[in-house]
Formats: sequence, C-alpha cells, structure tokens
Amino acid sequence: MRGRKLKYLVAGAIVVAALVGLIYSGVRDSMVYFYTPSELKQKQDEVRGKALRLGGMVVDGSVRWDPQTLLLTFQLTDGQGTVFVRHKGTAPDLFKEGAGAVVEGAWMPDGYFRASTIMAKHSEEYKPPAHPETLDGKKQMFKSILKEDKK
Amino acid sequence: MISTLGGFVLFLALGVTLYAAAASVFGARQGREDWLASSRNAVLAHFCLVTLAIFLLEYALITSDFSLRYVANNSTRESLTRYKIAGLWGSLEGSILLWEWLQSLFAALVVARYSDRGPSGCRQLMPYVQAVLQGISAFFLLLMAFAVNPFARIFPIPPDGRGLNPLLEVTDMLIHPLLLYLGYVGFSVPYAFAMAALITGRPTEEWLRITRRWTVVAWLFLTGGIFYGGWWSYRTLGWGGYWAWDPVENASFMPWLTATAFIHSVMIQERKRMLRVWNLVLVTLTFSLVIFGTFLTRSGILGSVHAFADGPVGVMFLAFLALVLLFSFGLVAYRSDQLKGHGELDSIVSRESAFLLNNLVLVGICFTVFLGTIFPLLSEALRGTKISVGTPYFNKVSVPLGMALLFLMGVGPLIAWGRASLNNLKRNFLKPSLAAVAGTAILYALGVHQAEVLAAFAFCFFVIGTIVFEFVVATRTRAKTMGEGFLTAFATLLLKSRRRYGGLIVHLGVVIAIIGIAVSSVYKVEREQTLKSGESLTIGRYSVRFDGLAAGERPTHILVWANLVAFKDGKPVHELMPGQRFYPNQQSPFASVDARYHWNEDLYVILSTFERDGSSATIKVIINPMISWIWIGGGVILLGVIVAVLPERRLALLTMRAKAQVA
Repeated sequence: MRGRKLKYLVAGAIVVAALVGLIYSGVRDSMVYFYTPSELKQKQDEVRGKALRLGGMVVDGSVRWDPQTLLLTFQLTDGQGTVFVRHKGTAPDLFKEGAGAVVEGAWMPDGYFRASTIMAKHSEEYKPPAHPETLDGKKQMFKSILKEDKK
Repeated sequence: MISTLGGFVLFLALGVTLYAAAASVFGARQGREDWLASSRNAVLAHFCLVTLAIFLLEYALITSDFSLRYVANNSTRESLTRYKIAGLWGSLEGSILLWEWLQSLFAALVVARYSDRGPSGCRQLMPYVQAVLQGISAFFLLLMAFAVNPFARIFPIPPDGRGLNPLLEVTDMLIHPLLLYLGYVGFSVPYAFAMAALITGRPTEEWLRITRRWTVVAWLFLTGGIFYGGWWSYRTLGWGGYWAWDPVENASFMPWLTATAFIHSVMIQERKRMLRVWNLVLVTLTFSLVIFGTFLTRSGILGSVHAFADGPVGVMFLAFLALVLLFSFGLVAYRSDQLKGHGELDSIVSRESAFLLNNLVLVGICFTVFLGTIFPLLSEALRGTKISVGTPYFNKVSVPLGMALLFLMGVGPLIAWGRASLNNLKRNFLKPSLAAVAGTAILYALGVHQAEVLAAFAFCFFVIGTIVFEFVVATRTRAKTMGEGFLTAFATLLLKSRRRYGGLIVHLGVVIAIIGIAVSSVYKVEREQTLKSGESLTIGRYSVRFDGLAAGERPTHILVWANLVAFKDGKPVHELMPGQRFYPNQQSPFASVDARYHWNEDLYVILSTFERDGSSATIKVIINPMISWIWIGGGVILLGVIVAVLPERRLALLTMRAKAQVA
C-alpha cells in the first residue's frame, strides 16, 4: 500500500516538474518588455536587440508609405520622447495618425525601432465626431472609381 | 417610459429572486411543502419578469428609441432589424441582461424538469439547487441595478444612434455570442447541483448522474462557440488567422479545458467512486473561470481589442468570484469526511491512470494559459514593469502538452480498468501503433520532414487507429454473435452504447481539427505586393492578377474592392474581390476579405491599401493548407456529442419504427 502511494506521488511529481519546466522555459524565451518611447530612449543601450513592445501615439504627419517596397515608417510618441519606427508591410485597419499603437520588434543599433508587428489600439469609448459625416461624404472620397453596383 | 418600466421590472425581478432563494431554503429546513411550492412559482415568475425586460429592451432597440443610452450606443436608424436585435449583446449592459435571462431560463427549466419527476434524490437537492441558481441571478440583477443599467437614460436625446461596431454587423454576430453564452451559463447548473449536494450532505455520485447531460450539452455549446468564433475571425477579420491567444479567446478556452477534464473524470467517479473532491474542484473551477472570463472580457483590465468597457463592473465581478471560491471550497472542507472515496488506484497502467493523467494535462494547459494571460498584470504588480508573453509562449507550452493529450486520447478509451495486462496492451494497441509508424513513414517518404508535424501526425494516426480498431472489432464481434449484417451491427452498436461511441466520434473530430491546425500553421505561406492594373503576383502554384479597383455604395457604407483573378498552374480558377468598407463617422476602413475555400487548401486575399485613383493596390495573399479540416473537425465533434446525448426513449422509439417499417 505504502509503496503504491509513493509510486503515484513520484509519477505526479514528475508530471508537475515537467509542467513547471515547460512554463519556465516558455516564459524565459518569450518574455517581451513593454516600454513607452521615453523609457526606451533612456534605456536604449541595455535593450538593444532584445524583443520588446513599444506603445505610444502615432505622431501626426509622420506616416510615410512606399507601396513599391512596402516600407512603412512613422514616429511614436508619449509626449516626452519620440521614436522612429520602420515596418515592412501594411498596418492594421485601425492604425492611423493621432491614434494609439503598440508595435512589437527591436531597437536597432542604427537608432530606429524595427517593428515586426503593429497592433493598433482601439478605443470603444463613444466620442461624437466634431463634424458628423454622411455616406455622401465618404462617397466623394472615391469619386474616380465609384460605379454602379455589380456585386 | 421604457426606462422607468424596465428599471422597475428588473428591480422587481431582484426581489422575486431573493424571495425564491430564501423561501426554498426555509421550506427545505422546515419541511414545509407550501413554501417550496411558492419558491418554485417565484422562480417561474422571475423568468417571466426577466423575459419582459428583454422584450422591453428589444422593443426599444427595434423602434430606435434613442432616449435609452444603450440603444443610442448600439444601434442606428438605418441598421437592418436583425442587427438592431443583435444590439442586445453588442456591449456590456445588454450582454449582462442576456446572461441573466439565460440564467433565469435555465433555473425555470430545472424546476420544470426535476421538481417532481426527477431521479431519486432530486427532491432533497432541488431547494438548494434553486437557492444557488437564484443567488447567481441576484448577482447579475444587482450588477444591473448598481453598475450597468441597460435602461439608463441619455440626455439630450441624440437624433441618431452610434450603431454597432461595423465589425459586428455580420450574420455571425447573431450566432457566436449566443453559443458562448449558452455554454457559459449552462455550467451554472452542474455547479448548483454540486453545491446543493454538499449543502445537503449527499456529495456522492448522485449529482453527477443528474447533471451529466447538462454538462455535456453546455460543453457542446462552449465548444461550438469557440470553433464558430475562430471561423468567424478567419472569414471576416482580415488577418488570415483564427486564433491569436488574445485574452478574450483565452477566457473561453480556460473553462473549456476544465470542463473537458470534468467530463472525463466524472466517468472515473461513477465507475470507481474515486476523485470526489477532484470533481467538485473541477466543477467549481469551471464555473469560476466562466465568471473570470466574463470579468476579463468586460472589465477592460487587459486592454484587448475585444474588451469594450471599463467601470465599477470589474470590482463587483472580482468580489463575486471571491465569494464563489470561498463558499465552494469552504463547503468542500466542511464535508471532507463524506468525500473520502472508496476506490483505489491499482496500477499506473490502467484506464483510471490514463484519465487521471489526462486531467492533469488539461488542468496544466489551463494553468499555463491562465498564467500567460495574466502575466502582464502579475509582472506589473510584482516588479513594476509591464512584461507580456505573447503567442510564442502559448505555442511553445501548449504544443507538447497537446501531444501528450493526443497520446492519452488514443490510450484512454481502450486500456483496461484496474490493471492492464501485457496481453491487453498488445491486443488493443499493437495494430494502431503499427498504423501510426507506417503512416508517419509514408508521410516522411512523401517529403514531410518537420519534426513537429511528423510527431503530430504520428499521434493522430495512433488515435485514429485505436478508434477504427475499436469500431471494427466491436462490430465484427457483434455481427458474428448476433448473426447480423455488418451495417446493422454497426448501427445497433452506436445506439446501444451511445456514450462510448459518441465519445469516440468526438475524439475523431478533435484529431481532424488538430491535423488542420498543425498543417495550416506550419505550411502557411503569405506574400504581399503592390500591383498596377494588369500585373500579377505569384505564390506557390498560384498567380493572382489585379484587374483594377471599383467602388460601390452599400446601405451603410462605401465598399471599395479589387478585381482579382486567381490562376492555378496557369489556369484561371476563381475570381476574388477583397475590399475595404468605409463607414461614415469611422476614420479607419474595415477589411472585407475574400477567399477561395477548398477542402485541402484555402487561397485567402486581403486588400491592404490602394491608391484612390485606382492605379494600384497592395494585395496580401495567403495560402492556408488544410485549414478547413478545423471546421470539419468541429462538425464531427457536434455529431459525436449528438450521438452521445440523444435521449434513450426517443431513440428506442425511432429504432422501433424503423424495424416496423422493415417488417
């Protein structure tokens, strides 16, 4: 009886130990620090090359997009510091100037942040638009390609 | 008008609920049948009141009564009626009302089903089951009374509402949330029976037997909700994936894991009278994780794209969660004398051990997901820095655990109870193991060399091997002994031990889904390129030609789309029209993806950006091999559960009729 219980305890301990080991290595290998642009500027030497997330506001007028090379560049700010970000590829739907965004990637020795993913932050709080817009307003934007329905 | 009436109805419902709970406990303690009858009536009255509240809110939504803040925030005059109706679960207040309505419905169903004709022992449990269910209802009603009133007014009354988030104006919005809520709320019933069993001092196997079907059906709704959510995300959200380990997704996955563990360990308790405490812990954990999941989703604490609100709700949820945990584990401790099981584990190589191990792995996965989900909060609280663990953590941890689970899925149903002899092992597992080795070798020869994929396939072949083996052997034996044809024998077998074979079909569905997940995540290819009209991009055996942009007016938005033609091996196979939707008052466009869905490979296209003059567009093309297997697997799981839970009487009737027709 005693020996049998012991056997189960040992088996259980092995399972739990394997689990703990798995979690430990998983956490160690995929920890991502979260910084704001000013924190990143302060610690730029120690975090160089490490995986991290950077969150801030997209600076108005800073977004550049080159459709041929698919290179997207913009600046992120938290009011105290500003970081230059480069990303290969398009941004998600909610990404826009003046709105919040979180980028994941690394701080490069050449002094820019290379983003592998962009996560746009999206606020569900209701803010009535300053100038309420109508469907016709949106229609004007696409005058040149608008045609009568075929779909 | 509606605001006052609605608030009054909810307040009345709160009073009736509290009365129902108190009357049922009082009636049970004093042995007063009249009080018990009165409390049952109160439960039904409570259901009627909440139904009335739902009707009032739906009436306000459908008639666009923007004097209610909730209506103004969740619908517009132009919305189609079905999306006005869906506004009910479009955000926090309405979702809580929907939850409470389902809760009151289930309580009423429990009264109708069990109060006078349930299995033995039900009479003693029922008053306390009701008290627990009404207590949960009371929490949601209090929440609405003090924090999230769906009938709150807004002043000045806006001329038009703000509408649902355009992402939510799709048919899926009518299905996915309902499935999840049915699953979530469904688990409150087995939880209530478990607590009633503890309170009345009958914490044996009785409550398990009574709630078995409830649990499986709630599990089915939760599973369906998770699969449907993935499918929805894949088809409409426009990032080409179906699962992102987002906190809100994890919130539905965690109770699913503990519920799955519960469904399995119940079998051990029923057969061997072991694991009594463990099952109580699992049912409590499942219910708590449901509450925790709702808290995560609704409090906005983790800042995820899905979370739509913050406010005092979070604190109330946490307090309720603490109360549930204290109450449940306190009761378990109080009844610990009665919870000593009879059974003992005989051997490590046995069905009991396989099930126990399966439980450990499932709860282990749940724990790792929990840890990963709250990691940013933990690190912020403990060390002051926000550290998150993303998708790599979840994948790294869950892949090996998932493989262990697959292996156990093959072993569990076939290994002998008590102590498996070498003979038993050889008889049941030799052929499936050989099938696994042979299948994997063939894949290797065909050019599959990734270790992870090969390992996943080896385990999948093993499980499929055991299932086929079991079906073939059992059918053959029956055909021989009863002298029936092979098909008749197979059908009667399915009907006679529906629980066992339904379960095996569910396993088959899980394996099919896992094959889809493994192959599509490892062999996914994507390419993004800016194309001028007439240019093509090439990806794998496909090339996709861009034939220009077009735009059209839709009832609620402007749709801009790219005309694409997909060629496979040089032959045109499909026209694709991925687009972007532009809504008034929304600065960002919403993706409208298009795809060629196929049983072994999806060609998925997204319009990323475009020049407004129509001269060029940036197109993203993704090839997802075997991704549809995930959805097919979900369908097979549904089929298996239906086989497992169909009521016996109805089936007997059906077979009798069929026999009569044959004769």
